[in-house]
Amino acid sequence: MVNKPTRRTDEIIGKDLWNIQLDEQGRLKHFLTIEGLGTNILNQILDTAESFAGVNESVKKVPLLRGKTIVNLFFEASTRTRTTFELAAKRLSADVLNMNISASATSKGETLLDTLRNLEAMQTDMFVVRHADSGTAHFIANHVAPHIRVLNAGDGRHAHPTQAMLDMFTIRRNKGADFGKLRVAIVGDIMHSRVARSQIHALNTLNTGEVRVVGPKTLIPKDIESMGVSVFHDLQNGIKDADVVIMLRLQKERMTGASLPSEQEYYELYGLTEERFKLAKPDAIVMHPGPINRGVEIESSVADGDRSVILDQVTYGIAVRMAVMSMTLGGNIKRQDQEIKL
Amino acid sequence: MTHIAEPEKLLEKLATDLKNLLELRAIDKPLMVGIHTGGAWLAEKLHKQLKLEDDLSTLDISFYRDDFSRIGMNPQVKTSNLPPQVEDRHIILVDDVLQTGRTIRAAMNEIFDYGRPASITLACLIERTGRELPIQADVVGQVLELAEKEQVKLTGPEPLAWEIKRSD
Repeated sequence: MVNKPTRRTDEIIGKDLWNIQLDEQGRLKHFLTIEGLGTNILNQILDTAESFAGVNESVKKVPLLRGKTIVNLFFEASTRTRTTFELAAKRLSADVLNMNISASATSKGETLLDTLRNLEAMQTDMFVVRHADSGTAHFIANHVAPHIRVLNAGDGRHAHPTQAMLDMFTIRRNKGADFGKLRVAIVGDIMHSRVARSQIHALNTLNTGEVRVVGPKTLIPKDIESMGVSVFHDLQNGIKDADVVIMLRLQKERMTGASLPSEQEYYELYGLTEERFKLAKPDAIVMHPGPINRGVEIESSVADGDRSVILDQVTYGIAVRMAVMSMTLGGNIKRQDQEIKL
Repeated sequence: MTHIAEPEKLLEKLATDLKNLLELRAIDKPLMVGIHTGGAWLAEKLHKQLKLEDDLSTLDISFYRDDFSRIGMNPQVKTSNLPPQVEDRHIILVDDVLQTGRTIRAAMNEIFDYGRPASITLACLIERTGRELPIQADVVGQVLELAEKEQVKLTGPEPLAWEIKRSD
């Protein structure tokens, strides 16, 4: 690699941050947030994931990304997300490096950019980034060499776009592709949840009939209505006649002030019990991005019940991540001839 | 440009030739596999005409293409539905146009990821010039001499027709 251009920050300021996700032909280049992506891209992700779900059920592995190296850059702990990203990469025949950053060079004083330069020098092709600070994946995407692709695996309270897309995939598999007739309730700690933010953007982009957020005042951001959702502070009203109920985990590690009196009181008011779940439509499904806190936000019998699709979400996460990886890593060289020779 | 016979006409010839070949090779329970999209349309018709017992299978070779890093992901990938048992089966692979041979290479790789077939017979409606790999069809509807710039593509499924393009 010669003459690798380093993009200066002043070139980036003034540029629409969201658009760094797309190349000149409008194809997905990085996957950092749902914002700024059109219905067509989201549907393409879901359609591609559908064909990878078939792969996962049959041959398990395809040679699509053979020779590519994908680096999992996790600055924050994760089990489900990191392992499903790793499995997705392996099922596409890519090589995977798992970097546990907190225990490596950065603790010896190396800057993030120097770490990136070193990983680029190892001729890697994709960084999957998780970080406790919002905007980290954007920052990295703005500073990597042009051939490197960046996927956001969760940044602070900002976004977790692959989680949102696997949730959309789960909804589509269970409720069909017409989101217009669906009523979706997202329940719990909206304030600290990057998953909820990405879900709301995705649901709105897919033209969902009604998106509700349900939770105590202290856990719902003040101006959330501007995102196109209706707000409920009462669980019973909030999940009434819902087709999909998404429960969120209480993010105690991100709570700084006194947002909650106690877990017991939270469960009393906002825990999804079997009795309360009856208020949703009879064929409603219940989802949860995990890890679940049984007896805090959800009753065990609901989490394990026949309308729970929580483990399907994990399975579908692999197919969705395979879709995003292959869409961003394919066709790095400009498409000159649209006609494919047979 | 050479005249190309109607697809339905070529299909009749393909069915007859294929039937004879299967008899010659003493294959009685073949597994027919159509390659998306044109090959799948043809395979459906052939499958009916030959009255094959086993269900028709289809293959989408998008995940096995060798030009993925140049042209990227096919936006509309269909699901492959090969049966779990291809081990020791006699497979008839059906495609519309054989040109470079790369599609067939990809299809064979995919089939081998499912298992080791006893044999693969290739049936193509048109075998045209432009091979880049040592691959040939066993049964052919029509052989065509075409310049590199000339493209022939099957459109369908009802009715099946040829679309001929020149890229200058």
